[in-house]
Amino acid sequence: MAHFATPGPLRVMSGHVVAFRRMWKMNVMSSFLQPLMYLLGLGVGVGALVDRNTGSTDTLGGASYVAFVAPGLLVTTAMALAAGESMWPVMGGLKWQRGYHGIAATPLTAGDIVVGHGVWMAVRCGIASAAVSVALALFPDTRSWGLLPAIAISMLVGLAFAMPIMAFSITAELDGAFPAIQRFVIIPLFLFGGAFYPLSQLPVGVQWAAKATPLWHGVEVARWCTTGNVRWAATAGHLAYVALWALVGTVVAVRNMRRKLYS
Amino acid sequence: MPEPLIVASQLVKRFGDFTAVDGIDVEVQRGEAFGFLGPNGAGKSSTMRMIGCVSPVTAGTLRLFGLDAATHGAQIRRRLGVVPQLDTLDTEITVQENLWLYGRYFDLPRAEAKRRAAELLEFAQLTDRADSIVDNLSGGMKRRLSIARSLINEPELLLLDEPTTGLDPQARHVLWDRLYRLKQQGVTLVLTTHYMDEAEQLCDRLVVMDQGRIVAEGSPRSLIEQYSTREVLELRFAAGTNEAAAPQLGGIGERQELLPDRVLVYAADGEAALAEAHARGLQPESALVRRSSLEDVFLLLTGRTLAD
Ligand SMILES: Nc1ncnc2c1ncn2[C@@H]1O[C@H](COP(=O)(O)OP(=O)(O)OP(=O)(O)O)[C@@H](O)[C@H]1O
Ligand SMILES: [Mg+2]
Repeated sequence: MAHFATPGPLRVMSGHVVAFRRMWKMNVMSSFLQPLMYLLGLGVGVGALVDRNTGSTDTLGGASYVAFVAPGLLVTTAMALAAGESMWPVMGGLKWQRGYHGIAATPLTAGDIVVGHGVWMAVRCGIASAAVSVALALFPDTRSWGLLPAIAISMLVGLAFAMPIMAFSITAELDGAFPAIQRFVIIPLFLFGGAFYPLSQLPVGVQWAAKATPLWHGVEVARWCTTGNVRWAATAGHLAYVALWALVGTVVAVRNMRRKLYS
Repeated sequence: MPEPLIVASQLVKRFGDFTAVDGIDVEVQRGEAFGFLGPNGAGKSSTMRMIGCVSPVTAGTLRLFGLDAATHGAQIRRRLGVVPQLDTLDTEITVQENLWLYGRYFDLPRAEAKRRAAELLEFAQLTDRADSIVDNLSGGMKRRLSIARSLINEPELLLLDEPTTGLDPQARHVLWDRLYRLKQQGVTLVLTTHYMDEAEQLCDRLVVMDQGRIVAEGSPRSLIEQYSTREVLELRFAAGTNEAAAPQLGGIGERQELLPDRVLVYAADGEAALAEAHARGLQPESALVRRSSLEDVFLLLTGRTLAD
């Protein structure tokens, strides 16, 4: 029987899939329910206030507040998921359960492990974003075909966080840094990254800081998709910038992983 | 004659300034069972990791299957089975999943991986725990699973770093039997152990390492003949008096060794040595004459000895 080699990263990914099979329902449910809560709480509550306030819809690019927030929810969900999954599990693979060392003893390489993690993060972000999209499709204001490309953008933003954070987690000696990353990077980006209000509301310095990270670029493009006015040239630039984060993160993570596993 | 399966020459491993393996020469023939003995920190695991192609050689050369470990790591690893000193199991999934998933890492087709997994469950006597999450297994069961998992790719060379640490006596004997059968099928075994009976039982040939160097090499029998006397007299004196009694044994047998709990006298005739000790007025609480074992060689080569 002819046997075509399965690419290394996909073999690594099958390990993640096996573990995930045991908990996917919980995961998907929470990806669905959490944005639903935000939509009802923030979108409807705050939105009613915002939309009544004359002139605010201009600031929001003509969209209602829920429609403005929707792509923000989609992309930040991916960001938070990818960040969390690239901290403790990565350290576990190296230091606690040491599963990566088990893989390192097979023909697979450090590159396979890192890229396998990346592929898996893309899949996970895709699943979570799809669940968010289902929640968004329940409301007329946020229902749009633009959600489909927005899911893809979400996956890319997930990678832009997953890979650099993985590169860091590989070299981290203790897990004490992880809550700090959550508190001082992920949550501030959630609040100041353009997901819940336009960046123009912020001081210029903060705006630039937010624009340096991949989140805002992803949210911006996802919003053009869901509200239906895509600026193609700018889209390419934004996405290239997000992809650059994922790419540089991957290269550094592979280097770090090789040093860690084969020392 | 074909090239030996493992050829290491002047193999060195350094971690920063620290030299863990200090220029060792090792050759292992296909089909052989080869052991590394040595005290904690001797460099056994560091050597095993280099042979397993997960640790680059600092200096010297290492070839396996005629391939250079420095440049053909992945090709070599494809043909190895590795039981590392510390388990690397995936603790969140089941016993069965661990086995076939590891087969997938070697790119076995799914059906074949599952078929072999079922066989290895039998091998490790874990069939009734097939669906347990690994986290919930006892330490010895995890060890058995690690050993079973290392066989999923039907390796030509099996590297076992302290395979039976943590196993109950029954499981150890079962494992010895399984390893013996693998050897008969032509699998080459390289192992480390702190159990001298295990080394005597399993190894055709072994080396004793100390501080990164090889201090002796040979078959268990030849090492005993070379480094020890025919018999050993073990004397236990009242608590705390072993040290005082030891010097009074000077000249009896070929050599004496003070251990924390007893004094050993190496002699061709143990009974005669005991008679001599009694004649000198020594009153051990217990005395035992036995044949020399590998443990005596180990203590001589890596421990401190009293005599001249
Ligand atoms: N990654 C590392 N970094 C620094 N030092 C190391 C590293 N790995 C091993 N060493 C050192 O190298 C020496 C040899 O270690 P090794 O694990 O090879 O010993 P061993 O013979 O297997 O001992 P044991 O019987 O306790 O398993 C030790 O002093 C150890 O501290
Ligand atoms: Mg060791």
